[in-house]
Amino acid sequence: MKTIVDVKNLTKNFPVGTGFFTALKDVSLQFAEGEFAGLVGPSGSGKTTLLNIIGSLDVPSDGEVVVLQRSVGKLTPKEAAKLRKEELGFIFQSYNLLPVYTVFENVEFPLLLLNMTAEERKERVMETLKWVGLTDKVKSRPAQLSGGECQRVAIARAMVKRPSLVLADEPTANLDSKNSHNILQTMLKLNEELKTSFVFATHDEKVISYLKRIIRLEDGKVVADELIAEPSK
Amino acid sequence: MKLIKTAFRSLIGNGLKTWLNVFVLSISFVMIIIMQGILQGWSKQATEDAVRWEIADGQYWQEKYDPHDPFTLDSSTVQIPEVFATDIKNHLIEPILITQGTIYPDGRMQGVLLKGIQPNQQLLEIPTDSLNKVTDEIPVVMGAYMARQAKLKLNDVLTLRWRDSNGTFEAADIRIVGIFKTTVPAIDVGTLWLPLDRLQAMTLNEGCANILIKSPEKEVVSVSGWDFKSTEKLTEATLLMVKTKSIGTSVFYVIFLLLAMLAIFDTQTLSIFRRQKEIGTMIALGMTRKQVVRHFTMEGSLYAILALAFGTVWGAPLFYFMVERGITFPVEAADFGIPMGDTMYAVISPGLVIGTVLFIFIVTAVVSYLPAKKIAKMNPTEAIRGKAL
Repeated sequence: MKTIVDVKNLTKNFPVGTGFFTALKDVSLQFAEGEFAGLVGPSGSGKTTLLNIIGSLDVPSDGEVVVLQRSVGKLTPKEAAKLRKEELGFIFQSYNLLPVYTVFENVEFPLLLLNMTAEERKERVMETLKWVGLTDKVKSRPAQLSGGECQRVAIARAMVKRPSLVLADEPTANLDSKNSHNILQTMLKLNEELKTSFVFATHDEKVISYLKRIIRLEDGKVVADELIAEPSK
Repeated sequence: MKLIKTAFRSLIGNGLKTWLNVFVLSISFVMIIIMQGILQGWSKQATEDAVRWEIADGQYWQEKYDPHDPFTLDSSTVQIPEVFATDIKNHLIEPILITQGTIYPDGRMQGVLLKGIQPNQQLLEIPTDSLNKVTDEIPVVMGAYMARQAKLKLNDVLTLRWRDSNGTFEAADIRIVGIFKTTVPAIDVGTLWLPLDRLQAMTLNEGCANILIKSPEKEVVSVSGWDFKSTEKLTEATLLMVKTKSIGTSVFYVIFLLLAMLAIFDTQTLSIFRRQKEIGTMIALGMTRKQVVRHFTMEGSLYAILALAFGTVWGAPLFYFMVERGITFPVEAADFGIPMGDTMYAVISPGLVIGTVLFIFIVTAVVSYLPAKKIAKMNPTEAIRGKAL
C-alpha cells in the first residue's frame, strides 16, 4: 500500500507568553492510500494541530511531515498552496462555506483555482453534487440550507477536485445524529468508490464507529493506533 | 480572470451594501466629469470669446502701455508705425486708441475708457459698423452690461468730457448708436467705442494708437517701440483665473470622492474582520495569502468598475444635457471678471473621462488594498476559526 502521509518525530510548539506550549511531542505516523482513519482524543490533545500540519496550513517545529512526497516544512507558501489546491480537500466543523456564494459556486471554487474550463467545471460540480444528493439546491445560498446540507456542500467542495487526501476536522460536531450518519455514510461511500483517503480529527463516537483506523492522541502523543479494517483498494 | 470572477461574486453577494457604495462612488465619477467638463468648457469658451471679441491673432502693445495702469495711457499714445500703413488700409492691422473720459448719464458722473476703432474693422466681433451712422453727436457703441449699469439705451444722448493731448478739457454730446452683447468684460465694462478718426481728432492725437490688433493673415514683424503679445500670452491670465476657480470647485467633488473612499475603506475593513473564516477557507482551498490580498483588493477595486457602469447609466443623459443644452447661471458675465457666457456648456473630452476613470480606479485600488494588507499577516489556522484578528 502506497504511503501518502509520513509523519516522522513531529513536534509542534506554540509561543505562550515568554515560553511555549507543546501541542505535539515526537509523533510518528504513516497514512496509506485509501485510509479512512481518525485522530481521536479529547480537546487539546493535538488532533487539529496535526491535521493542520498535514494540510500544509502550519509547519512542524521539529521533525518532518511528508505529504505526497513533499516535505511540508520545506515548502514555500506558493508550493504549499499548490499542494492544497491540487491534492488536498478540507472539511471543517463549521462548514466554512463562502456565504455569499451559491451551492454551485461554493463547490466550483476549487476548480476555478485549477483553471478548468467553464464546461468542465459545470460537469464536475454537478456530478459531485449528485454524489452528495444536492442537485436540487444548486442555486441556494448557505444561509438557506440546513446544517446537514451545508456539510454535504462542504464535502462536495472537498471532493470536487478528486483530491488524494481529505482532512476533516470534527465534521459532525454541529450535526444531529441522523445528519451525522448521513454525512459519514457519504464519506465512506466516496472513500470506497473513489479510493480517496480520509483523515478525521474527532472525539465523536458516531464518527469513531465508522473509522477503519483509530489513532488515539493524548497530550500531543500517540497513545494507541488501532487498525479495524484494511484501507479501501 | 478567476480572480475577477471570484471577487465579483463576493462583491455582488454583499447585496445592498455593495450597491450603496457603488452609488456614492458613481456620484463622484459623474460630479468630477461634469464639473471638470464645465470648467474645460468655460476655459474653451473664455479663450474663444476673448479671441473673437478682443484679441484676434495677437496684439502689438506700445512698449509703455499697461492695461492695469491708466497713467500709462497718455505716455503710450504714439504715432502708428509707418510700416503698418498698408496693413491698416487692408484691415490686416486694426489700431486702437485708448483714453479716459467721463460721461454724465442722468446728471451722474461716470468714468469711462474711450476706445477708438475703425468702424469698418473686420478683426473683432464688436459691431462697429454702427459707428458709420451719421449723427449730429459723436456716435458710440457699448456693451449691454455697461448700458444697463449706466441706465442707457439705444439712441440716448449724453455728455462726454475728455482731455486732449495738451491736457485741455473738452466736452461734446454722444449718441448711443449700438449696444452689443458680449461675454468679454474687457470689451464691455466701463468702455465706450468710438470711430478711431473721431477720437484721434478729439484728443489731438491724429495718427496715434496704443495697441494694434493683428489679423491671422499678417505675419508678426518686429517693430521698434512696440511689443507683440501672442494670443496665448493674452489669454494666459483668463485661463489662470479659470484654473483658480477650478481649485475652489474641486472641493465639492473631493468631498464626494472622500465619502466614497471612506465607505469603501470601512466596508473593506469590516469585511476583512468579519470574513476571517472565509479568508482562512480560501487559503485552505489553495490560494496563497498574496492571492487572497489580491482577491480583496480586486473586490474593492471592482466598486470602481460597477460605479463606472452605474454612473454611465444615469450620468450619460446628464452629460448629453450639459454638452448640448448647457447650464444657465444667474450671474452676469461681467460680475465674474472673466469671459463667461450666460449659458455654460460642458466639454467632455475622452481625455477627461479616461483621466477621471484612471484616477478613481487608482484611488479605489489603494483604499481597497490598505485594509487587505492585514490578510498577509494572518495565520490561516486561526483565520479558519475566525480568530486571526
